[in-house]
Amino acid sequence: MDLAATRHTHHETVSRGPMRWLTTTNHKDIGTLYLWFSLLMFLIAGSLALLIRAELFQPGLQFLQPAFFNQLTTMHGLLMIFGAIMPAFVGFANWQVPLMIGAPDMAFPRLNNWSFWLLPAAACLMLSSFFVPGGAAAAGWTMYPPLYIQGGIAYDMTILAIHLMGLSSILGAINIITTILNLRTPGMTLMKMPIFVWTWLITAYLLVAVMPVLASVVTMLLTDRHFGTHFFDAAGGGDPVMFQHLFWFFGHPEVYIMILPAFGIVSTILPTFARKPLFGYVSMVYAVASIAILSFLVWAHHMFTTGLPAGGQIFFMYSTMLIAIPTGVKVFNWVATLWRGANSFETPMLFALAMVCLFTIGGFSGLVLAIVPIDVQLQDTYYVVAHFHYVLFAGAAMSILGGVYYWLPKWTGHMYDERLGQIHFWLTAIAFNVTFFPMHFLGLVGMPRRIPDYAPQFADFNMLASIGAFVLGASQLLFLYTVIKCIRGGAPAGDKPWEGATTLEWTLSSPPPYHSFTTPPVLTTDTPHGLA
Amino acid sequence: MDSPSPYYQPPPSRWPIIGSVALLAFASGFVLFLAKSDAGAYLMVAGGLLLFLMLSGWFGTVIRESLAGKLAGQVDKSFRWGMVWFIFSEVMFFAGFFGALFYARNIAVPGLAEAQLLWPGYAGGWPTAGPGSKEAFTPVAAWGIPAVNTLILLSSGATVTWAHWGLQNGRRWQIVLGLLLTILLGATFLGLQAHEYLATAFSIRSGIYGATFFMLTGFHGAHVTLGAIMLCVILGRVLAGHFTATSHFAFEAASWYWHFVDVVWLLLFVFVYWL
Repeated sequence: MDLAATRHTHHETVSRGPMRWLTTTNHKDIGTLYLWFSLLMFLIAGSLALLIRAELFQPGLQFLQPAFFNQLTTMHGLLMIFGAIMPAFVGFANWQVPLMIGAPDMAFPRLNNWSFWLLPAAACLMLSSFFVPGGAAAAGWTMYPPLYIQGGIAYDMTILAIHLMGLSSILGAINIITTILNLRTPGMTLMKMPIFVWTWLITAYLLVAVMPVLASVVTMLLTDRHFGTHFFDAAGGGDPVMFQHLFWFFGHPEVYIMILPAFGIVSTILPTFARKPLFGYVSMVYAVASIAILSFLVWAHHMFTTGLPAGGQIFFMYSTMLIAIPTGVKVFNWVATLWRGANSFETPMLFALAMVCLFTIGGFSGLVLAIVPIDVQLQDTYYVVAHFHYVLFAGAAMSILGGVYYWLPKWTGHMYDERLGQIHFWLTAIAFNVTFFPMHFLGLVGMPRRIPDYAPQFADFNMLASIGAFVLGASQLLFLYTVIKCIRGGAPAGDKPWEGATTLEWTLSSPPPYHSFTTPPVLTTDTPHGLA
Repeated sequence: MDSPSPYYQPPPSRWPIIGSVALLAFASGFVLFLAKSDAGAYLMVAGGLLLFLMLSGWFGTVIRESLAGKLAGQVDKSFRWGMVWFIFSEVMFFAGFFGALFYARNIAVPGLAEAQLLWPGYAGGWPTAGPGSKEAFTPVAAWGIPAVNTLILLSSGATVTWAHWGLQNGRRWQIVLGLLLTILLGATFLGLQAHEYLATAFSIRSGIYGATFFMLTGFHGAHVTLGAIMLCVILGRVLAGHFTATSHFAFEAASWYWHFVDVVWLLLFVFVYWL
C-alpha cells in the first residue's frame, strides 16, 4: 500500500507502518485506502459473480446448491454496490476534490479517516456472514420482505453492516459537501469548479438525503425480525410493498450516486484528450442537478408489477422518461466535445469513450424498461440484469478504471504501462459485451434472473455469457498488475503528463507533496477550472 | 505538531479507528444478542463503553484545539456546514419513519380493508392493530400529556434561545439559568414520555399503529436524550468559561440540534397523536 505520494514529504515526518494508515488524517492517504479497499471488494464480489456464471455455464445444477446460489447473487450485489463502486468514487473524491479546488485537505480530516475505517468493519460483518449457520443473506440485494424477515443470523449481520456503511457514506458526504462549499481557493466560484467537483457536490447531497432513509427502512426490517413490529406484515396492518417504496426511495437516487461521479470523470477525461474545453459546461451542471432532483420522483418504476394504481404507473413512467432529457444533454455534450477535437486515444480516453457508448445502450434499455407494458413482461428477467450491468459496469466501473489510468501518473509520479493499459481496455470492453449483451436476448425470451437453473433453449447464450465473464474477471488481474507495476516504477510522469488537462492538480508535482496547497493557489486565468 | 496550512489540519488521530472497533464490537454483540447468545450483551456493553471513551476523547481533543484558537474563521464555517448537513441527514432518517406512517394510514390499511380478499370482514380505520389481531385498544389522547409535552418542548426552545441571548450579551447568569431550565424541561419531557409509555394499553407489537407509534416516539425520545446530553456538556463548558460572546459554535450547534428535535416533536404531535 505504499503509494509513492508519501515519499516526497516536506519537512514533516510521516509515520511508517500500519499506524500511519490507521490514524492518518491526510486526504491522499485516505483516498488511497478507499481505492485499495474498493479494488479488493471488486475482486471478491467479482469472484462471487464468477461462481454464479460457472453454475449458469450449462443448464441443470452442476456445482452449487440453489440456496448458496441465492447467497451469491445477494452478496455480489451488496458488495459491488456498497463495497466496490461507492468507495471507489469516494476514493476519487478524497484524492481529487482538494487538489482540484486548491484546498489543503478535506474539511474534516479526522472524520474522513473514520468514514473510511467504518467500511472494513462493515465488510467484516458482511463477509463473515457466509460462515454463520444458514449462510449469508439470500433474499437479493434489495432485501425484500417477507423473505428477508425469515432469514437467519446472517440477515442481521447484513442489516448492521448496512448501518455502518450508511454511516460511513453520510459522514463522507458531509465532509465532501463542506469541503466543496467552504474550501475552494479564492476566485473559484461555483460555476468555475471542475465538472468532477460539481458531480460530487450533487452526489454528496443525494447521499445525505437518502442514506438515512435506507437506515430507517433496514431498521424496520430488524424490528420486524426481532421486536414484534408489523411494518411489512399485512396481518398487523403493514405492507411488504411499503418496504419496496421506502427502499426504492433510497434505491433510485442510489443509482445516480453511482453514476454522477462517473459522469464527472468522463467529462474530465474527454476534454483532456480532445484538447478542447468541455462543450456546454453550464448545461452539464444543470443536467446533473436535474437528474438528481428527478431521481427522487421515479422510484416506483422498480415496482410496476406490484399492483400500483394506473395513475401511479403513468406518473412514474413519464417521470422516468423525463430523466432521458438531461442525460441526453450530457451525451450530446460529450459527443460535441469530441467533435473536431485533436483526439488521441490513450487508455483513459478509451475507457471514457467506451463508457459513453455502452452507458448509452444501458440508458436506452432503461427507457425500454420504463414503459409499463414492456416492463411487466421484462420484470425480473435477464433483460434487467443486462440493463443494470450496462449502467453499472460500463457506466460506473469502466469510468472508475479510466479515472484510475488518468490520475495514476499524478498519484504515483510514474506513467503506467500504456501497452498493458490498452490490452486491459480491449479485453475488458470486449469481454464485457460478450458477457452482458446476450443477456438482453435471454431476458426478451423470458429467462428469469436469480435462478440457478434454466430451460435448455437458453443454453447457448448462457455459455457465451459465462465465457465472457471469466475473460472479464481474468482481465481485471491484468489491471491489478498494471497498477502495482505503475506504483513500483515507470517513466517519470512529470507535473502534467496530459497536455490537454486543465485542472489545478496538474500544477503540483507528481506525486503531489504530502500537504498540497498549504496556501490557496492563485487562479491565473478565466478558464472554468483555473488552469490555462 | 503545528498545522502546515492556515486551515487547521489535525495530526494523525487514534480516535476514529477506536470508534470503528467500538461500533464493530457493538454490532457483533447485537447480532449475538439477537441470536440469544450470552456473549452478545457483554460485547455490546464493551463496544458501548469504547464508543463513549472515543466520543469523550475525540470531543475533548476538539475542545482543546478550540481553546487554543485553532478552529476559528474558515474552520468554524466548516463546522457550521457540517452541523447543518448532519441535521439534514437526521431529518431524512425521521422522514423514512413518517413515510411508513403515511403510507400505512393512507394506502396499506385502506387497501387491506377495501380488498377483503385477504382478510374478509376487516374494517380498516385508524388506529388499527391490523386484521390479524383481536386486540382492541385506545390510542394515547393528544390533548393530555402529549399537549403538555408540546408546551414543554416549545418552552425549552424559548429558554435555550434566551440563554443564547445571554451569551451574546455577556450575561453569565442568564446563560446558566437558560441552559438549566432547558435541560430541566427536556428531562421533564422525557419523564412524562416514560410515564406515558408505561400507561399505554398497547405495545410495539400492536400492529402497524403500535409499530409506528413506538418507533417514531422512541427515536424522538432518544434524540431528545442526546440533545440533553449535548446541552449538559455545553453547560459544563459555559461554567468552565469556554465561550465568548462572538465565539461559541458548540453552543449554537447544540441549540440547533435542540430546535430540530423540537420541530420533529411538533410533527409527531400532529400526525401521531392528534390527527
